[in-house]
Amino acid sequence: MPAIEVHNLNKQYDSIAAVSDLSFAVPSGSVCGLLGGNGAGKTTTLSLLLGLLTPSSGGIRILGEDMLAHRYRVLGRMNFSSPYVDLPQRLTVAENLSVYAHLYGVHGVRARIAELAEALHITAYLRRAYGTLSAGQRTRVALAKALLNAPEVLLLDEPTASLDPDSADRIRSYLMEYQRESGATILLASHNMPEVERICDDVLMLRQGRLVDRGTPAALLERYGRATLEAVFLDIARYSEGVE
Amino acid sequence: MVLRYLYLLRHSGPRVLELFYWPAVQMVLWGFITQFFVTNSSWLAQASGVLLAAVLLWDVLFRSQLGVSLGFFEEMYSRNLGHLFVSPLRPYELICALLAISFMRTLIGVGGAALLAIQFYDFSIFSLGLSLLGFFANLLVMGWAIGLMVAALVLRYGLGAESLAWVAIFALAPVSGIYYPVAVLPTWLQPIAWALPSSHVFEGMRAVLVEQRVLNEHLLAAIGLNLIYIAVGSALFLYAFKVARRHGTLLHIGE
Repeated sequence: MPAIEVHNLNKQYDSIAAVSDLSFAVPSGSVCGLLGGNGAGKTTTLSLLLGLLTPSSGGIRILGEDMLAHRYRVLGRMNFSSPYVDLPQRLTVAENLSVYAHLYGVHGVRARIAELAEALHITAYLRRAYGTLSAGQRTRVALAKALLNAPEVLLLDEPTASLDPDSADRIRSYLMEYQRESGATILLASHNMPEVERICDDVLMLRQGRLVDRGTPAALLERYGRATLEAVFLDIARYSEGVE
Repeated sequence: MVLRYLYLLRHSGPRVLELFYWPAVQMVLWGFITQFFVTNSSWLAQASGVLLAAVLLWDVLFRSQLGVSLGFFEEMYSRNLGHLFVSPLRPYELICALLAISFMRTLIGVGGAALLAIQFYDFSIFSLGLSLLGFFANLLVMGWAIGLMVAALVLRYGLGAESLAWVAIFALAPVSGIYYPVAVLPTWLQPIAWALPSSHVFEGMRAVLVEQRVLNEHLLAAIGLNLIYIAVGSALFLYAFKVARRHGTLLHIGE
């Protein structure tokens, strides 16, 4: 059974179609990348999957549940991280993580926070106010928040944005390790092509809210006759400009 | 920079409204107070604590409304709504949390002021006896209802409507009969006053302090009205949440 199923999804804002007739399925236990330029509909798609946004039409099933009718049955089994969403600035990192651990009904809150803090190298910041952290440190705390409930489905928007290459590499390694050990399904929206190439089993290419291509990184490279996903991305983006 | 602030004003009706709001409300409120004292100069002598009791009870309403509104704004200031609403937290659970924290803030704020009144003015709000519980509970619930309505407006229109949190309750001050009986108001304004739970509370408070009488009919009216107010406040908040999900404002709500 696919972990994520999307059928004919549409999101319309007045005359603007943010997402058009989007259909795809993400197999359970896979890592899927959502690629596209600015305004391609990546964040809108993630928001629709999370229920932060209601679709104009279409259907979404996550872990077998209809998200439009029963989202609260499944929200506790998934999680999300994005640089566009923050945490309370005045609370310490430990307090923030503790609040969310309780919201997700995590057992053994302290132990779970300590475990994630160590894995994501944020132990030294646990007592610091979230608002005093650098952008990179915040990204790691947000990821810790997203992993608190050991989600079966993890949605990530630019998971390594604001991180230096070393930190980004550690985060990618940890995410891959987490996915291997837990069998979780990960859907990540990113502009970082090498990252997508490295960790994704499957890639969805979006343009102007539509799914324009899909395949494994290797299949996409072969189909477009390119050496890197970045070159494939540019081909798709510039084809779009040429057509218009 | 002046241009930047003018642009902000141009795009925010609530901010423009606020410019005119305070002077108008102050003028109306103190106009009625003056009118009442001119014709009832011996009234204060009968119940010296009535103004202090009014100030303290008014603060219950103000604090409880602010407790709900500001609690919600904190989540908006910190851009945390996206995280909250992808967790299993349901909107009604957030409402319950806001009401609980508002109760605590009100108890701490007004409790401290009540103790100061005993210390400095030799007036104890607890002299209202059991009626105090009814007055407190009714003003608390009315404050919650207005706080939820304000939070709903901010959820719908963004933080540009934030100033409503500070001014909303004061719009009701002139017609709540805080410092003077509702009978002082013009006849056409009195039905509006009686539609507010706060008017019944302050009328009941004066009856206890001035006439040593408990007016159960005012207490019952306040309870009945509050049931409607809190239902409307909750419904508006839930509706605003639904609209925010349709418009996609939960992720990037701001000014």
